Amino acid sequence: MIDKFWPDMGAAVADMPDGASVMIGGFGNSGIPLALIDAVCAAGPRHLTVISNNTGSGETGVSALLRQGLVDKVVCSYPRSRGSVWFERLYQQNAIELELVPQGTLAERMRAAGAGLGGFFTPTGYGTALADGKETRMIDGRGHVLEGPLAADYALLSAYKADPWGNLVYSTAARNFNPVMATAASCAVVEVGERVALGELNPEAVASPGIFIDRVVVREQP
Amino acid sequence: MSLPRLTTHEMAARLAADIPDGAYVNLGIGMPVIVANHVPAGRQVIYHSENGILGVGRSPEPGEDHDPDLINAAKDPVTLIAGGCYFDTAESFAMMRGGHLDLAVLGAFQVSATGDLANWATYDATYPPAVGGAMDLAVGAKTVYVLMRHTTKDGTAKLVETCDLPLTGAACVSRVYTDLGVFEIDRDNAAAKVIERFDGVSANALQAVTGLTLVE
Repeated sequence: MIDKFWPDMGAAVADMPDGASVMIGGFGNSGIPLALIDAVCAAGPRHLTVISNNTGSGETGVSALLRQGLVDKVVCSYPRSRGSVWFERLYQQNAIELELVPQGTLAERMRAAGAGLGGFFTPTGYGTALADGKETRMIDGRGHVLEGPLAADYALLSAYKADPWGNLVYSTAARNFNPVMATAASCAVVEVGERVALGELNPEAVASPGIFIDRVVVREQP
Repeated sequence: MSLPRLTTHEMAARLAADIPDGAYVNLGIGMPVIVANHVPAGRQVIYHSENGILGVGRSPEPGEDHDPDLINAAKDPVTLIAGGCYFDTAESFAMMRGGHLDLAVLGAFQVSATGDLANWATYDATYPPAVGGAMDLAVGAKTVYVLMRHTTKDGTAKLVETCDLPLTGAACVSRVYTDLGVFEIDRDNAAAKVIERFDGVSANALQAVTGLTLVE
């Protein structure tokens, strides 16, 4: 019997080693795996590379990892959200490396990794500082930049409901980066609001097929 | 002498008045997201948000029951209109980069006479650069309008001959809406044509706070 549910958040991230690369789903605070991030903070692996659209706000989420000094490098598109004080502080102190990636390129690099592709040519960023040093090509008279796949050791994700096979459905705009990150990580760990029985999810509504999901933990209700 | 300037909501409403019926429109972070509150009566406009929404509606009323995950690109709470739908980031950017959006409305630090856009990085090394989805929209939307104040807080012109800040995209902006007027960018002739000067803004006063020669 396949059952991908784990008993608690701590157990599901306990094997994350120092130096791991970790994708973190979410856009701002929408669809972000806060409980899994807290579990990583408690476990305390160091020298992490965090790949996420934003860098947290206030003291929770990605900010908590930054505040605890667990992160050496951030790969993201928008590290300037309101209240992203911990990232700004580390950036000003030159204490963190930033790889800034246009948001669509960030998602597509993950998609390439998850889909077994060696990369893609995109017009996004052509002729800008974010294309410096990259291979370019004219395609149909338009400049394109070669971008490579982006994979990670772990993905920490958030979803609404899961069944024992790890099939996921999401709620409103909380889907965002979660499905594409699930495809690009060696170990995709997801926190969900509810466990449902096999066959209970509408197959047409499953946005992350369970083949991409390794571990599921139910979020404790506040 | 201080110029009469439109408020943020007046600017957003002025731009919204030019969005055609049936258009798919992306609204960028900052002032542009406010445009969603100003759909002209009798028109159907479908607003796209990069985080995975088509059919963004108005902001929720204070005290209204609201799902905290339902936010726009600026991370502000929004609603979904009837017929709206959700999708993931990769699909969202396929819409943006793939030429499916009729219009993108973006904020800007600078716009040049040739329609170059600068809105992601400053020269302040202590201030982290942030690009988000702006570069994807600059290359992917069929039309790009900029909504920005005419000058910076210290009075420096943002409509300029050539951008000195790092570019988001080259030759991508076709119109600029500010708190003083509306401007058509003639990219081939490197010229900004005044479509409208708002009430009480003289041609001379407008030119004095603009970093390129305006064509009246």
